Amino acid sequence: MKKKNRSVVSYNKWGYIFLIPFTVTFIIFQLIPLVSTVVNSFYINYRDGLETVVKFNGVQNYVKIFTEDHVLRNFGNTMIMWIMGFIPQIVISLLFAAWFSDPSLRLKGQRFFKTVIYLPNLIMAAAFSMLFFTLFAQEGPVNNIMESIQRLFGVLKEGEAYTPYDFMAHTGSVRGLVALMNCLMWFGNTTILLLAGMMGIDTSLFEAAEVDGATSNQIFWRITLPILRPILIYVMITSLIGGLQMFDVPQILTNGSGQPNNTSMTLIMQLKAHLYSKNYGVGGALSVILFFITGILSLIVFKFNGRTDEYGKA
Amino acid sequence: MAKNIQVNIVEEKTKGGVKSRRLVAYIVLGITCFFCLIWFYVLLINATRYHGEIKSGFSALPSSYLFYNLKNALTGTKPILQGMINSVIISTCTAVLCVYFSAMTAYAIHAYNFRLKKLIFTFILAIMMIPTQVTALGFLQLVDNMKLNDSFIPLIVPSIASPIVFFYIKQYMESSLPHELLEAARIDGAGEIRIYNTIVLPLMVPAMAVQAIFSFVSSWNNYFIPALVLTKDDKKKTLPILIAELRNTDYANNDLGKVYATIAFSIFPVIVIYLILSKYIVGGLAAGSVKG
Amino acid sequence: MKKRLLALSMAMIMAVGSLAGCGDDKPAGGDPTQAPADNKTEATPTEKPVLNEDVEVVDISEEEEGKVLNIYCWNEEFKSRLEDHYPGYSKTDATHGKIGDIEVVWNITANQDNAYQNNLDETLLKQADAAADDKIDLFLVEADYALKYVDTEYTMPVTDLGIDLKELSTQYKYTQDVMTSSDGTLKGVSWQGCPGVLIYSRAIAKEVLGSDDPADVQAAVKDWDTYKATAADMKKAGYFMTATTNDTFRTFSNNVSIPWVNADKKVQIDDNIKKWVDDTKEMFDAGEIKSSADLWSADWNSGFQRDGKVFCYFGPAWMINFSMGNAPGSVDEDGNPKPDDGTITFEGGWGATEGPQGFFWGGTWICAATGTDNKATVADIMRKLTVDKDIMLDIVAKDSDFVNNQPAMEEAATNDAYAFPVLGGQNPLAMFANGAKNIALDKITAYDQGCNEEFQKAMKDYFDGNADYETALENFYAKITAKYPALSK
Repeated sequence: MKKKNRSVVSYNKWGYIFLIPFTVTFIIFQLIPLVSTVVNSFYINYRDGLETVVKFNGVQNYVKIFTEDHVLRNFGNTMIMWIMGFIPQIVISLLFAAWFSDPSLRLKGQRFFKTVIYLPNLIMAAAFSMLFFTLFAQEGPVNNIMESIQRLFGVLKEGEAYTPYDFMAHTGSVRGLVALMNCLMWFGNTTILLLAGMMGIDTSLFEAAEVDGATSNQIFWRITLPILRPILIYVMITSLIGGLQMFDVPQILTNGSGQPNNTSMTLIMQLKAHLYSKNYGVGGALSVILFFITGILSLIVFKFNGRTDEYGKA
Repeated sequence: MAKNIQVNIVEEKTKGGVKSRRLVAYIVLGITCFFCLIWFYVLLINATRYHGEIKSGFSALPSSYLFYNLKNALTGTKPILQGMINSVIISTCTAVLCVYFSAMTAYAIHAYNFRLKKLIFTFILAIMMIPTQVTALGFLQLVDNMKLNDSFIPLIVPSIASPIVFFYIKQYMESSLPHELLEAARIDGAGEIRIYNTIVLPLMVPAMAVQAIFSFVSSWNNYFIPALVLTKDDKKKTLPILIAELRNTDYANNDLGKVYATIAFSIFPVIVIYLILSKYIVGGLAAGSVKG
Repeated sequence: MKKRLLALSMAMIMAVGSLAGCGDDKPAGGDPTQAPADNKTEATPTEKPVLNEDVEVVDISEEEEGKVLNIYCWNEEFKSRLEDHYPGYSKTDATHGKIGDIEVVWNITANQDNAYQNNLDETLLKQADAAADDKIDLFLVEADYALKYVDTEYTMPVTDLGIDLKELSTQYKYTQDVMTSSDGTLKGVSWQGCPGVLIYSRAIAKEVLGSDDPADVQAAVKDWDTYKATAADMKKAGYFMTATTNDTFRTFSNNVSIPWVNADKKVQIDDNIKKWVDDTKEMFDAGEIKSSADLWSADWNSGFQRDGKVFCYFGPAWMINFSMGNAPGSVDEDGNPKPDDGTITFEGGWGATEGPQGFFWGGTWICAATGTDNKATVADIMRKLTVDKDIMLDIVAKDSDFVNNQPAMEEAATNDAYAFPVLGGQNPLAMFANGAKNIALDKITAYDQGCNEEFQKAMKDYFDGNADYETALENFYAKITAKYPALSK
């Protein structure tokens, strides 16, 4: 008995040993940087020409974040663009997953559809958004096609000039393009996750419901969705975290300007601007605020959607 | 009899319902696929056209300048080919390190009982939410102090600590790694590291494959951190950085044929590989996520 | 209770007061008595330094040359100049070449958004610790940020390279003024002059103005009021005056009376810049300008196309060569004729005239980096490209550039052999030579690139109707202080 106990203890020290790589990496590449980011946020630290200026600045950087840096505006932009993309993403994904998993529909070519809708997820966001920028330029293919269609249907008379739509000059179209790209890139992924969840549901549940005379709508809302809740929460949390970090797409689409009138400026784009010009003080303060925003939002999502251990069992 | 007729009507109705629902499904799926693919079609067409042709308006038919444009793209000052090689190296190393060590971390929490286990588990869950961008500033200073600018190390090694991958693999472990198996291996006299490498890892392959794809893709796409770390030597830059620099048009770089060819070069190899492997990737994702 | 309320409100007022005080963050040592609003300094931050003529020339003939020549620049222009005109240069690949035994390594970073400067700065700051073959030997700067480097120890006086100032006597004076440090040493030289002109489409000029002769076109654009009247005519005929709202920017920003940044590092808007905003807004709203896209974008150069419907562009000689590009009879690297790119350049459809106002744009200076181990090679490149008359005239003939050699340019101006094929055989050199004499660069600051870029970006919102002028201006201040934290509003 005693011997066994000792061996358990000696096994269990391996728990610590196996944790070493994670812990060491975490401390070096995340914890130390986090601490130095926080420290930086209380200093003036920037480049002027080829000289570096450093001095203590108290909480002035934080004041600046809210006054000159418009952190709330950028947070709002980020959330609006995330929601604009996430709602269609989740709706389409649920719909497709329901169709794919519905045995009575017997959809053919499922593998083809799944392959195609997952495809955009593998495309580099940078290349995707550079592509969209060229396609939606004033003289780009999209405007060319719109012109051809208008001429075809006689909306534009012979000899009448076509006024190209400037996608980059309207808040709605810039945000819409960002949302469209995010949605396109992620709905395939979400569909496959949800589908896997739906396939895992015991079919006897559906059969029982059908016997009781439930319509397919009722089955979807009353049975499928509640069972899918853990997966939905997982999707929502990962998407929200991803949404807060929204950067590549609007950055490259607007070349970092967040045009028009800063309505597509996200939090991370602003952070990148500070890091880029080596303004470590203000950049640090923004990072710390970002840290709190992420924390609060994650907590809200956890609380809103049920207990964390339930999620843990997903 | 009357009852029978009613059943028939109901069946007919549902049959008709299924048919029309199926039709709607095909139409919607068709439209969605169109919107997934049209961009790449336009890209492919324009990559084959000369600057002047692109400028004169869109055409649905390809032209004959694909190799001309590709040659311009590949021999220009931006080392696109080198960028692709760099991206492959970084993404592959990241994926391998990430799943191997995340599985190790998950195994530590799953298989052993030690005093700080609960605390560490909760802690990892808590830091799952911290975006890398939050610590980017300190990270850059660290990289600078370690003289690792323009090196791939700061882009690869940090992936060892990936809470989300850890969490996913741990969930998978709970359902498919029985403790009895480990006990049996120990009785056979296997060491702990050997048990992990030869018994645990093979069982984790489905979950690890899925996570490897995810981390490969996210590293492949990563732009924020690499753009701040790999700033100097163009030959060290990854593909997303080089693509983003296209956006910085200057007066020497306004050949649209070349721009399209560059984007096409960065997108189509991935599409081809994906189509070849799609059976495994899409199937694997579905299989892997059932447990997740 | 009342007392407590009073105390509370007092505390709040004080808090708000102190917050407001922090808000406008005066630079340390700034004079608090200065009135903030109308405090536009008339003079430039410092008196313009005068070049000290009798500096001792250092003899470097004994020094050994390093094996690698590292060159930092932001586009292909200088590279192609070396490839095509520097004797003994042989090209290895897109970013490598050889001069004798020395390997030339090109490090090219795009200019936009300070990317080139940031990259250069990082390397210069580590220059002292770098291995000899990794040190920058030669780098280029542009007028927009030349001052950032001139007064630092990172640039070498050209006399330290063994170049006698007397050798440089043929250069236009303004090209040397820019690069003269406050202690009177010359820190860099340029091979080109960048007086700007108005480049117009001959076909449209013929159709709308009845003539494509430069003198007749000049009459239609001789000042801004005539220019605007012509724009209205263009609009009536179905054409646009310029491709983007930003095309005329440099003609205004080069004719300012105060610099972008004053001695207190405050950003200020010159009246002429405001005039650019007002004029452009008026013309854009009237539909006389095609788009509000960025310069160099695909929408900008779409006016080069035969059906582009754009009457004119503003630019110096390098723009004619580099942007309009595909000149009649031009060949690619292998000597094959380039395919028709659909531009009017391809048929020599451009003409050039002075335009409403003289201006200056760009200009590239060659600097030697302190610590270079290739002084002789750098000096030789400087001599060959910025002094050697034959090579410089060859640049004019082959690349339609305007070079920094006053006597040679005045001579070539009357020689038809130097006509520009892009301009349909017009020789604009006399016009450029005239403009070069009048260039004064006394209003430039080290922050001009960021100010110019961000101001154009910010005003796009105003032109597009997405923001009023005040909001756009606030956005500009926010961006510029984020880009240059040392500056304030």
